[in-house]
Amino acid sequence: MHLKYESQLREPLVYGDKTYAQVTEDIVRPIEAKPTKLWYIGFYISVALLMFGVYSVYREVTYGIGQWNLNKTVGWGWDITNFVWWVGIGHAGTLISAILLLFRQGWRTGVNRAAEAMTIFAVMCAGQFPIFHMGRVWMAFFVLPYPNSRGPLWVNFNSPLLWDVFAISTYFTVSLLFWYSGLIPDFATVRDRAFTKLRKRLYGIASFGWTGSTKHWQRHESLSLVLAGLSTPLVLSVHTIVSFDFATSVIPGWHTTIFPPYFVAGAIFSGFAMVQTLMIIVRKVFGMEDYVTIGHIEAMNKVIVLTGSIVGIAYLTELFMGWYSQNKYEGYTFWYSRANLFSPYGWSYWGMMACNVLSPQIFWFRKMRRNIFVTFFMSIIVNIGMWFERFVIIVTSLYRDYLPSSWSVYYSPSIYEIGFYAGTFGLFFTCFFLFAKYFPVIAVAEIKYVLKTTGEGYKNQMGKIEEQKLEEFVHEHAH
Amino acid sequence: MAKKKFVVGCFDDEAVLFPAVKKVRTAGFKIHDVYTPFAVHGLDHAMGLRETSLHTAGFIYGITGTSTAISCISWIFTKDWPLNIGGKPHFALPAWIPIIFELTVLFAAVGMVLTFCYLCQLAPFVKKHHFHARATDDLFVMVIECTDKTNVDDLKAFLQNNGAVETDVQIAEEGWWLGRYDKDEMRFENKQIVAA
Repeated sequence: MHLKYESQLREPLVYGDKTYAQVTEDIVRPIEAKPTKLWYIGFYISVALLMFGVYSVYREVTYGIGQWNLNKTVGWGWDITNFVWWVGIGHAGTLISAILLLFRQGWRTGVNRAAEAMTIFAVMCAGQFPIFHMGRVWMAFFVLPYPNSRGPLWVNFNSPLLWDVFAISTYFTVSLLFWYSGLIPDFATVRDRAFTKLRKRLYGIASFGWTGSTKHWQRHESLSLVLAGLSTPLVLSVHTIVSFDFATSVIPGWHTTIFPPYFVAGAIFSGFAMVQTLMIIVRKVFGMEDYVTIGHIEAMNKVIVLTGSIVGIAYLTELFMGWYSQNKYEGYTFWYSRANLFSPYGWSYWGMMACNVLSPQIFWFRKMRRNIFVTFFMSIIVNIGMWFERFVIIVTSLYRDYLPSSWSVYYSPSIYEIGFYAGTFGLFFTCFFLFAKYFPVIAVAEIKYVLKTTGEGYKNQMGKIEEQKLEEFVHEHAH
Repeated sequence: MAKKKFVVGCFDDEAVLFPAVKKVRTAGFKIHDVYTPFAVHGLDHAMGLRETSLHTAGFIYGITGTSTAISCISWIFTKDWPLNIGGKPHFALPAWIPIIFELTVLFAAVGMVLTFCYLCQLAPFVKKHHFHARATDDLFVMVIECTDKTNVDDLKAFLQNNGAVETDVQIAEEGWWLGRYDKDEMRFENKQIVAA
């Protein structure tokens, strides 16, 4: 007999006494059923937001950047704030799918598919901002190094903004490949049980003719492992490079060596919050409580409290360095433009502190970590806090620059700036609703792989091993 | 394409499958393939498949990306158009590391996925013979290739004795062709749709 044993102290990752067929049925059923009313309502709201975003972008492209309230002093505002925010959100997906795969964390199987989808949609949203911030968006291809008739005049490979182009586009491509290669076997599962011709045909195309051959699975495992190994440094590099956009400049408040780890921790922090928001809704709407368990939610809350505290230490370190460096510009930015509640943007700094540093500390309590409502509420709070963080970093460093005559004490976004941001929400949720309806939201094959070690029914059967005498055990299991 | 005759044995538990694979091999039958709904670890060794070299290919693609990035950037910035950026060195290797790294990862990932699809013959619109529709759901399907000497009935009985829950004989094409799946047999013809 093939012995698979896991300690009884560990919570099951799959509740209920499931068989392989039951797992398939549970996860694929929502794809085969008609969408609910709630799904349509959510989808239409998302599409409406997306349309507003498209209109805002149309205004911006037609009339120019002047449609936004950016000015000469605050040259980066909501656009770059939103860019960094969305990229950050993407990071949790790769962390779950790649880093937790390398660390052999079984609980990733319940949430990795949706988290990876979230990564891809978030990076798609993020990419819109720098592209449209270029103003003449039809010239966007100028960022690519290609032989041209202008010299050839090349892009500047020493510039962090170009590093960003490479980092974000590589990140998007690799995440997409990783996600889709994992989806192929699950599409085959949907295809083989489909009962309408159209579904059979479409999932047949999407599954690339997957059969489940052992040799193919062997290569698939190797591919996933190497892609995970590649994605792990990649995900760290992406937000490191995003932080270089700021850290390599000479603006007080940006010119900081602490930025790379601080940005990466913040990215994982906000990303996990977004995963929580989405998974709590998905498990409820599709009845996936057996697969995305309280144990999964608790594990993610532990990551949130850890990364939130890392971010908190980074904030305090910055403040300390603002004083300790005795650089008066640094000191001014950190102590007067940010930490001073009564300065024009003091509210954003303290909003960030309250949302990111103080409130997640509630997750030191097990009861709170396992409370769905607290988790859902906190996931929203954390994402608001992380948006404030990027806003604080960008705007409070810029609005009072070296020349007091050009100080721009109040920058507030125009309706089209807000509309663009709302539009990316529309894009994100439109994609996510379509994903949730037409794709297996949980990795079917991976759940089956961990089922016999971590499924509740199997764990209960294994319980008797712990009480068994050694002789009995040997008698039963030795051939 | 040439059609071949196969004996198919389906198992519903990987714990039964492993000893069966072992016995079938020692009995001298040639296992064409075993189709499983998920990656069963150790099955490749049990079947005597060799390790995949896909990761080696990944490494080669990776260093191709590294050298592409280094050679392109250094040629552009030192030979083709040496741009003076604040009087800094033209050959500014530390500043190129981010892009060199990204291209390494990009080449490795794209190359590996394409190689994977090529080796497994996976692509949109590709169709292959499926020995059992439940092979992607909950059955482990062992397929044995018949020779002129194979006694089909004996082999079926042998598989049943080793725990196969279903056995049959199929004449099928090997390899792949362009095709659609909607003409296939439906597993659940009159399925009740349950609201999610």
